[in-house]
Formats: sequence, C-alpha cells, structure tokens
Amino acid sequence: MYEHDVIVVGAGGAGLRAAIAAHEEGADVALVTKLHPVRSHTGAAEGGINAALHEEDSWDLHAYDTMKGADYLSDAPAVDTFAQEAPEEVIQLEHWGMPFSREEDGKVSQRPFGGLSFPRTTYAGAETGHHLLHTMYEQVVKRGIEVYDEWYVTNLAVTDHDDPEQRECHGCVAYDIKSGEIAGFHATGGVILATGGLGQVFEHTTNAVANTGDGPAMAYRAGVPIEDMEFIQFHPTTLPSTGVLISEGVRGEGGILYNDEEERLMFEYGYANNDGELASRDVVSRAELTEVNEGRGIEDEYVHLDMRHLGEERILDRLENILHLAEDFEGVDGLEEPMPVKPGQHYAMGGIETDENGETCIDGLYAAGECACVSMHGANRLGGNALPELLVFGAQAGRHAADKDLAEAQIPVGPSAMSEDGDVDTPVAPGAIDASDEDVAADGAMVDADAVIEHAVEREKERIEMLLERDGINHAEVRDDIQESMTANVNVFREEDNLKQALEDIREAREQYQHVGVSDPSRTFNTDLIHTIETRNIIDLAEAITLGALAREEFRGAHWRKKHQERKDDEWLKHTMLQWNDGNPHLYYKPVILEGFEQTYEPKERSY
Amino acid sequence: MSTLETTTETETEEVEQEREETPGDRRRELKRERAAERERRVEAELDDAENTRRLKVFRYDPEVEGKEEPRFDDFVVPYHKGMTILDALIYARDQYDSSLTFRHSCRQAVCGSDALFVNGRQRLGCKTQLGDLDDPIRIEPLPHQEVVKDLVVDMQHFYDQMHAVEPYFDPDDLPEGELAEQRQTPENREYVKMATRCIWCGACMSSCNIAAGDNEYLGPAAINKAYRFAMDEREGEDRKQERLRIIEQEHGVWRCQTQFSCTEVCPKDIPLTEHIQELKRESVKNNLKFW
Repeated sequence: MYEHDVIVVGAGGAGLRAAIAAHEEGADVALVTKLHPVRSHTGAAEGGINAALHEEDSWDLHAYDTMKGADYLSDAPAVDTFAQEAPEEVIQLEHWGMPFSREEDGKVSQRPFGGLSFPRTTYAGAETGHHLLHTMYEQVVKRGIEVYDEWYVTNLAVTDHDDPEQRECHGCVAYDIKSGEIAGFHATGGVILATGGLGQVFEHTTNAVANTGDGPAMAYRAGVPIEDMEFIQFHPTTLPSTGVLISEGVRGEGGILYNDEEERLMFEYGYANNDGELASRDVVSRAELTEVNEGRGIEDEYVHLDMRHLGEERILDRLENILHLAEDFEGVDGLEEPMPVKPGQHYAMGGIETDENGETCIDGLYAAGECACVSMHGANRLGGNALPELLVFGAQAGRHAADKDLAEAQIPVGPSAMSEDGDVDTPVAPGAIDASDEDVAADGAMVDADAVIEHAVEREKERIEMLLERDGINHAEVRDDIQESMTANVNVFREEDNLKQALEDIREAREQYQHVGVSDPSRTFNTDLIHTIETRNIIDLAEAITLGALAREEFRGAHWRKKHQERKDDEWLKHTMLQWNDGNPHLYYKPVILEGFEQTYEPKERSY
Repeated sequence: MSTLETTTETETEEVEQEREETPGDRRRELKRERAAERERRVEAELDDAENTRRLKVFRYDPEVEGKEEPRFDDFVVPYHKGMTILDALIYARDQYDSSLTFRHSCRQAVCGSDALFVNGRQRLGCKTQLGDLDDPIRIEPLPHQEVVKDLVVDMQHFYDQMHAVEPYFDPDDLPEGELAEQRQTPENREYVKMATRCIWCGACMSSCNIAAGDNEYLGPAAINKAYRFAMDEREGEDRKQERLRIIEQEHGVWRCQTQFSCTEVCPKDIPLTEHIQELKRESVKNNLKFW
C-alpha cells in the first residue's frame, strides 16, 4: 500500500494545479495518472484563458458574462469565486514562465472570444493548453512531487454507510499498467479526482481517447451525486474527418463561417445578428447544423470557416497551429482555402457535484476541472473559461485537501440539498443489471482506513481477474455501439423518441457488458483490459447524460428539445442531480443559487 | 426512493428473462450476427486489392507464450483517403487482434504518445498519412529504447534526461505585487517559441546516433528544453550561468556531431540541431576570458 497526505487522480491542468497547491500547504502529495502528465488532454486546448486583467475590465463583468453564457444555470458563489481569482492564477502562470503571446510593451496579449463583453482571453498562440500543461508539469518537477505515471485508478476506497453524506473516502485502488500490479493508495488528507472529460461517450469528439469519464463514473458509483450531465457542449468548429478542434480563436481573430452558397450564414439567416460568428458555442453549433439540415451544407455535412482575409502574418503569429492541423488532418491549406468544420462533442458542463472548495458530499473526496461540476458553466460554457476554471478550482481543492482553512462553502452538496424528486418516463429500467456486483464501499461497519482500502483492492483484483479469465465479447464492439447511438440520438438537436432509443441502446450495451472479456492474457501493458474497464464508465455516463436530457423538458444553453423550444425559468431553473443508489439511479433536483457576492443575477433573455 | 418510472414493457421483459431464451440471449444472437456481418464486410473490403494496405507490425510480449520471441505480424487494412498510421493500427487492433499494443491518446499531434518507427523513420502515428508510404508499411517501436511490449517502449530514460536539465522556469527575481507580470518582448518570445513546442515524444532521441552510443548524453530534447529557458530573457544572468554549466558537461552539447537527424524527424519542426549549436556558441562565449 502506498501512502500520501493527498492523492491527486489525473495529471492534466486541474490535477497539476491541485498538486502544486497542496504541496504549497506543506502536504505530501502524489499524482496518479493513467497517462504521463505531459500526455494529458489539457495539452490539446488551443484558444486561451479568460481573466479580467485589464484595468478597463473587471471580475464582475467576467462573472456576468459567465452567468449569461451559462443561461443562468450556474451557482453564483462559484462564478464569483472563479472570476475573482482567475487574474491571480494567470499571473501566477506568467511567473512560472508560461510563454504567453505578448504585446509590444511586453505584457501578455488578450483577444476577443465568444460571449465575452471584453477581449479578456489570454493565450499562447493557438496552443495555450500545451504551454499551460508543460509549464505546470515543470513546477511539479521543480517541487519534487511524486508522480505515478501509467497507473490507472479504477476505484475509490470509501466506507460503507447507507447515507452517502456519512461516507468517508480513504484512498483509491490503482492498476500499474506497466506491470499489472494492483495496489491500494491511502490518502490521509484526501483524494482529488481530476480526470478530465468524457468525450469518448460520443463518436465525433475533440476529446482524447483517454477521456472516458473515469472520475465521474467512479464518484457516481461511490455515492456522490453527478450534476447537470445533460449539458454537453458541442464545439462549432471541429474537423469533419477526425473531430480535431479548430480553436474559437479563429473566429475571435475574425474568421467567417460560410455555407455552400458562400453566404455568411450567421447574419444571412439571422442566427446571431449582433455577434455573428462570435455568438456563444451552442448558438453557432445549432446554426451550422440547421444550414446542413436545410440543404445549405457542403457535401451535406459541414460548413466552411475562412480565415484567409486575416493575412498570412497575423495567421502565423496567432493561429499557426491551426494551419498545421488543417493541413495534417484535412489536407487543406488554411492560407489558400477555407477549412471544413462541423460541430463535435467538446466539453461536459456537468460532472461530480462539488462545492466551491472542491469538496464532494463524501468526506475526503474532492473533484476539480472538467470532471467536476462546481456549477460555473451551467448550461453552456464560454470559450476560454475551462482553463481558468481548472486553475482556480484545482487550487481550491488542493488547498482544502491539504487542510488549509478556507471560507465555509455556500454551495450545499449531497442528497440533503435536494429540492424535489425528479420524474421521468423511461422505456427500459436504467442502472446496473446486477447491482450486487457494484459494491464500492467496504462491508458493514468497517471504518479502519487500511481495512477499507484492502477491501477495495481485493474487489478490484477479483474484477480484473474475472475480465482476464473469461472469454467474451470485445469491449470495442460495446463501445462503438454506445458512441454511435449517442452521436445519433443525444446530439445538438434532441427529440424524445431519439433519447428513448439511446436509453434502449444503453441497456443493450449493459447486457453486452455482462459478457465482455479481455482476450489479451498479458499482465504487461494490457490496453485491452484498460479499455474494457473504461467502457463500463462510458456506459454509466451515457445513461446519466440521456436520463437528464429526457427529463429536462425545456431549451436551455446547449440543451435543445424539439418540442420544448423555450427556456422555462419557472420550472427548470434547477440542477439535475443523479445518484447511483446501489445501482438504481435516483433523479432529483436542487435549486440554482443566483445570489452572488455583490449582486443577484436576474435571468435575462440571451441574445447575441 | 427512486422515482424513475419504467413502463410495463420492461416489466414484461423481466418476466421473460425467467424463460429459456431471454431478450438478452436474442440480443446477443443479433450481436453475433452483426459481428459475422462485419467480418464479411471486412473481407469484402479486403478483396478489393486497390483499397487495402498491408502493415507489418512488430510484436513482442515478454510474458505471453509464443510472443516472447520478437516477430512481425501482417495486417491487411481497408484503405481510405486521409487514413493515418494510427487509424490503421486501431483498425487492426479492434477488428483482428485486441492484444496489439501501442500508446495513443489525443490523435492530434500534441500528446506525443504515439511516436513510432515507420518505414525506417521516426514519425507520429496520428499525423502520418498512410497514402504517403510504400507498401508494405513496416511499423516498429522507437529504436534505441527498451521495448516493453509490441510498439510500447520504456520512456523512463527519456524523462530522466529531460529532468536532468532542471526543466523549470526559475527567474532571478519576480516583480513586486501579486498582479504584476514580468515583461517579455515579443521578439524574445518569438526567439524561444519553437523550443517551447516540444511534446516529449522521444522521436529525436531515438533518431540520434550519439544518444544510441552514449547513454548519458543529455540528448536533443533535453538540450532543447535547456535552450528554452537559457534564452528566455526573463530568467536572468545568474540562472543562465547555471544552465550553461549543466549543458557544457561531459555528456552535454559537445557530444552533438551535428548530424541533423533529430531536426529531420521532429514532428513539431523544432530546429533542434540549431538550438544545440547555439548553446555551444553561448558556452564558448561564456568561457572566453580576456586578460
């Protein structure tokens, strides 16, 4: 068994920031990651980091834009904390040597991004995430923080109490990919989940292959509610063949979207007469797909994004990486031709329910970054808000887990924060098929930390042994089916029949998964096994996304319903919560907090 | 407690599960049929010789009987325009042999995990088009690295060399005040820009003859990392002196024989050899004494 004060699971932006913060508080920290830190998907972020740095800008404007972009489904204490702390985090990165793009006077550059009332997006070319990731990993190396790379955390070690709010997290179980060793990790201070996105639930995604939502799935099965899962962001500019992201920076710098009749669609068809291409992502994604559906798409699939008029010098200075991506993955020279783009799954607004200190309702369990839902992105995340989020809340979680006194959280978490039960008519029973197999908590009243962890390790050994020994279906088939169904049925446009179809497909995938087997018998670098374990996580999260989407009968942010074409604040200004409850998902709601530090946010119509 | 309602159809299904052939069985049967159909389709695709490519893939697993001796396996994959080496490997793994092992994640040339030796050259699998290569396409792990399994090599030595150059920003002093940033001229940022693009894929190190013969040589990636900081005007003169001391050591920049192989294979087009030469010049300037 390995022991540290704080165990951070995942070593992308949020994980690295959390580890550094905990280390600064004097904790003995370890990062456990199924990749190596520099392979994390934060490195693929392109556009930038929003922070009110300029004297004409202010944090409350940033907070206001964030609330509006979120369609008022954010919790104001989270949004205000975020906007207040983002500038310090950005300057901190600058002090750590991050190679930001610079103005003539040597200050960091800022540029416009969708949905922002001030050009407050700092950036490093169109490869901001790469530089952020490497800059923070460098600081981890400098501090000598221990890193267990290519160790896959497969389960949490949580005490067994009926009420999840009584449970305690003592650590986790991890599988050493290189050797096949299964070991317990004891966290005396806390476990911080920072596992990133869940894009692999969908077929067409900007996310890495490793983004399988391991954190939310593990936390969900351990009893932590997951929040607002139906809100999935589809980025309007991804390359059609691969899903590779073309940064919003292209539109920020003045890139234009055209349909096959070479019309500037955002204005021509009135999707966003004020902001055009710089309307928020949900608006632009729907505009593009509407064009395609109405026969004005190119090859019935995509639209064109043109940046030629920006000029070679500006493109090379600020968007050079985009030229490489278009060339390498689509064979298009962005200086000479427009680039093909279509919407693709990009970001999960929802995730593990946390308060603004990063803590969940289970004592000692934290989450930060994309896998978490402190609820600042609400129904739609603004471009440039993901990187500062992982900095601000990664740091909060790290400090709290290292025992630093933080202000008491204003966002209540756990099932007791429920305002009402949910109600949804599903065509098949959701949840696990054999719930007895789902016990993540220890037996009975066992509360000794080591015993809880050892019990969890034994269960994982049994599970992995079983997967390796039995003959069965290849995980790839199950995964493909889920991804196809989710992309066909739970995409930008959502209809009741399709959502129900997806639930049936997910049920079928669950049945298939009962018979899945790993054919590679090796204990050395068994990716067949890793992907098989991940596929289970994909199934659980696909179901959570679809259940939430089916229940929410309104149109808000990224969530569009054919039969419900309006935002219904009276009825739906509330967070969708899903709790695992021994394999039977319990749907309930909790109220949105609109009262911030200095003002109460009044929902207004969102126009761009 | 749960209020998720299920329709009566499901309840009927649950009763049916008691009988001999359950809906699950039927679905599994359908699944088998679909798998057989997929197999037939793959075969049909493969019959069309113009639309297939042949991969010769290096295989090795120290633990599995029959695989402990290195060998090459052939996989024939249906080809379509735009397909990359990584796409072909994923196809081979998912359709033919799920034990085929390689690292990959972002699929967009930024995570650096799928550097491979393809037709005799270090390349990133995700950004190498199949159409640009001669058949059969020979895919091997990075040379001069210890093979863990199939196409996966042990990167620890690479990481150790990166860490040996103290790869972190370390300014002599910081500006006063929490929100005061350091200034950096756009020219200086431009100067170090290429060096900051390294994705730690290891292609350069694997292509370097010197690194192959001298295990202690820092290697092009680590020296480039040192360059990135030594040339950053924000770090200050004291730190630069220390950085130069590190790269001037016996197994540092002077081992480089300017063969340019690192520069040739770098998937991010970093002029690695130039950076090494520039550090040699800095080192000479630094050590010149006039008296």
